[in-house]
Amino acid sequence: MHDPHKDPHLDELSGVSTTGHEWDGIKELNNPLPRWWVVSFYACIVWALVYTVFYPAWPLLTSATTGVLGYSSRADVRSELAAAEAARSGYVAAIKAADMQQILADETLRNVATAAGSAAFKVNCIQCHGSGAQGSKGFPNLNDDDWLWGGTSEQILTTITHGVRAPEDADTHVSEMPAFGDILKPDEIASVAMFVADLSNGTGFPEETAPGAQIFAQNCASCHGDRGEGNQEMGAPNLADSLSLLVDGEEAIAAQIRAPKHGVMPAWGGRLGDVTVKELAAYVYSLGGGK
Amino acid sequence: MLEKMDIERLDAEAVNSQKQRQVLYAPRKKIFPKRASGGFRRFKWLIMAITLGIYYLVPWLRWDRGDYAPDQAVLIDIANRRFYFFFIEIWPQEFFYVAGLLVMAGLGLFLLTSTVGRAWCGYTCPQTVWVDLFLVVERAIEGDRNARIKLDKEPYSPRKLVLRTTKHVIWLLIAVATGGAWIFYFADAPTLLVDVFTGQAEIVAYSTIAFLTATTYIFGGLMREQVCTYMCPWPRIQAAMLDEASLTVTYNDWRGEPRSRHAKKSAAQGAVVGDCVDCNACVAVCPMGIDIRDGQQLECITCALCIDACDGVMDKLGRERGLISYTTLNDYNANMALATAGGTQPIDPARVRTPDGKLAATLRHISLASFLRLRTLLYAALWSLVGIGLVYALVTRDRLDVNVLHDRNPQFVMLSDGSVRNGYTLKILNMIAKPRVMAVRIEGLPQSSVAIAGIEAQGDGSFLVPVEPDRLRSLKVFVTQPRHVADEQVQTFRFVIEDTKGPETKTYTATFQTPGGSK
Repeated sequence: MHDPHKDPHLDELSGVSTTGHEWDGIKELNNPLPRWWVVSFYACIVWALVYTVFYPAWPLLTSATTGVLGYSSRADVRSELAAAEAARSGYVAAIKAADMQQILADETLRNVATAAGSAAFKVNCIQCHGSGAQGSKGFPNLNDDDWLWGGTSEQILTTITHGVRAPEDADTHVSEMPAFGDILKPDEIASVAMFVADLSNGTGFPEETAPGAQIFAQNCASCHGDRGEGNQEMGAPNLADSLSLLVDGEEAIAAQIRAPKHGVMPAWGGRLGDVTVKELAAYVYSLGGGK
Repeated sequence: MLEKMDIERLDAEAVNSQKQRQVLYAPRKKIFPKRASGGFRRFKWLIMAITLGIYYLVPWLRWDRGDYAPDQAVLIDIANRRFYFFFIEIWPQEFFYVAGLLVMAGLGLFLLTSTVGRAWCGYTCPQTVWVDLFLVVERAIEGDRNARIKLDKEPYSPRKLVLRTTKHVIWLLIAVATGGAWIFYFADAPTLLVDVFTGQAEIVAYSTIAFLTATTYIFGGLMREQVCTYMCPWPRIQAAMLDEASLTVTYNDWRGEPRSRHAKKSAAQGAVVGDCVDCNACVAVCPMGIDIRDGQQLECITCALCIDACDGVMDKLGRERGLISYTTLNDYNANMALATAGGTQPIDPARVRTPDGKLAATLRHISLASFLRLRTLLYAALWSLVGIGLVYALVTRDRLDVNVLHDRNPQFVMLSDGSVRNGYTLKILNMIAKPRVMAVRIEGLPQSSVAIAGIEAQGDGSFLVPVEPDRLRSLKVFVTQPRHVADEQVQTFRFVIEDTKGPETKTYTATFQTPGGSK
């Protein structure tokens, strides 16, 4: 039994003292929190205060306290990036020193360059060539074996480095097909278009393509070759294979003959640097169409 | 009688006795377990030696695996994602073996608990083993129960300070050794040992040691029985696992009650007296600080030290051992019915004894039948089934594996001569610690040709691919088929990968996609 002089607020039923307040006959028991809980609670507060001393915490008018440790997550990222750079530096130096043949001949170097090139491709190239390098109308598919400017690793490297009709690069690939709309008559254009369409159909040449063949030999063969096989020196497309970059069908071929469209690709050498361009070339070569 | 027999009556009371039961959050009642001696104690020393021996020594065992794999018998190589266990090597995708072992451990625990009760808790649980080890240290430094109680009550003196400090330092050393031993399972032990002491080891090694040192010291030295009572879920689960045929440590009150501190005097006065002389030896030795005479309870880890203590007293008294014993509830009930005349009378130990004072032959004792029942047999069968399944899977598992990923973007490539090309990433897993050369070819795709970057084709159209020991090799494979060979949009064919020097062959069915429908 409790002694009322000792604890005036003891609850008879539970044997626990109350807060001493009473609301309409209802009293609140005063069960203390467990000690471990209270200790943890105050320890957390102390920890938080100490933390604000060591780490960036208190907001000021235009900045925040930096903390005595000088920690910053951006500096962390910078050092992690630097560490990643350092880890790659051996490969980077090797790729820089090697030519394309050497890179492709060395399995480790080829794998590293291909993987790095794949990453660079996804940042810089997929906008035109597609995420699988599958291209689209007017933008070459890099998986196949049909190359405008050559498909050896060195030729791919040159094309990527200097671009195609890139105004910013003096060594860029340049060629221009004349607008035959001003040179040939419409019926001549129609007949040569019929001949070109049959070139890639591979079904032989019927009688009525003979005039077209003659016009082709006079006007087109100097660049596209006698049998329309193209010329990579001047980026003249192969017209005889089963792939076409720009057009399908006689009418579209005729339109291209009248007023040709020309693709443009930036020169990447100056933008990305030697090593990345080599990596890109290795990646494009690895897609399977390389010669 | 008790006085003459030189049986010490101990001033011990269970921490959870009815009288003491109190609210949660109350400060812990200190427990000073007395040293026990007897058969079970010896058995526990043996178990302790074996389990600690396994834990500390296994990382130092060597196992020759040739030039291309580590020679540590048991190694969890996290960096390379390999697990070595003597002659077994497990790759991450084979981790289901470990899951199977866990299933077996679970079923084994069910089997063990349903037959011999909480034997895991009482003998082999790391908490029990390390608390036992810490108690050995405590006894060696501070003395046995009475000396420790006395020391605890003393105000701090230089002597107490020295004793306490010594104890905690030794505990910490044990804790460091415990945490230290753990990391050797994860790296080459001799190298790591040198690295640890020269400050060359990874930060994770030191933090693991620090963490396990803290847990060992706190759980084993400071918290002890509270870990079992408050933190561990197993005492709760065991309630569902035990049944009336499971062995539990039991106080046989059918022969012990009514307990009497003055048995002879009481008997002379004609009172009924049981075998229990209320010496509290069972309470004093209990590492959980409980009184087994209150019946089976949550806190009891069935370490059986009370059996040893009581048997010692019974020996001195010239009574039969087994006042506290491993007993099933069935046997206990039968014997209780005998002592109480079927529950109609208060306990009278005379009913379980023959007229010349021997225990009656009608009493029931441990029998094999309590182990062999449908439930335990089922557990044993399941356990064996999983075990046999694992062994079968282990013996017949592949050490050569192949994965083929078809290029999805683009799914196929048209070439200038009209043919169709598909690209694949071929992954060959050489899962043994020897270099191997695999012959790769395809089957079932008419008129097709194959090219692999960086590898020349053989005369028969196959490719010889060297694969490093215990490694995966990833290859880019191009398969080309002239157009108009097949009408289907999707053709299936097989990659065949053969070990050139061994019997292993692996095939993988892949698909070849074409624009289709344009024949």
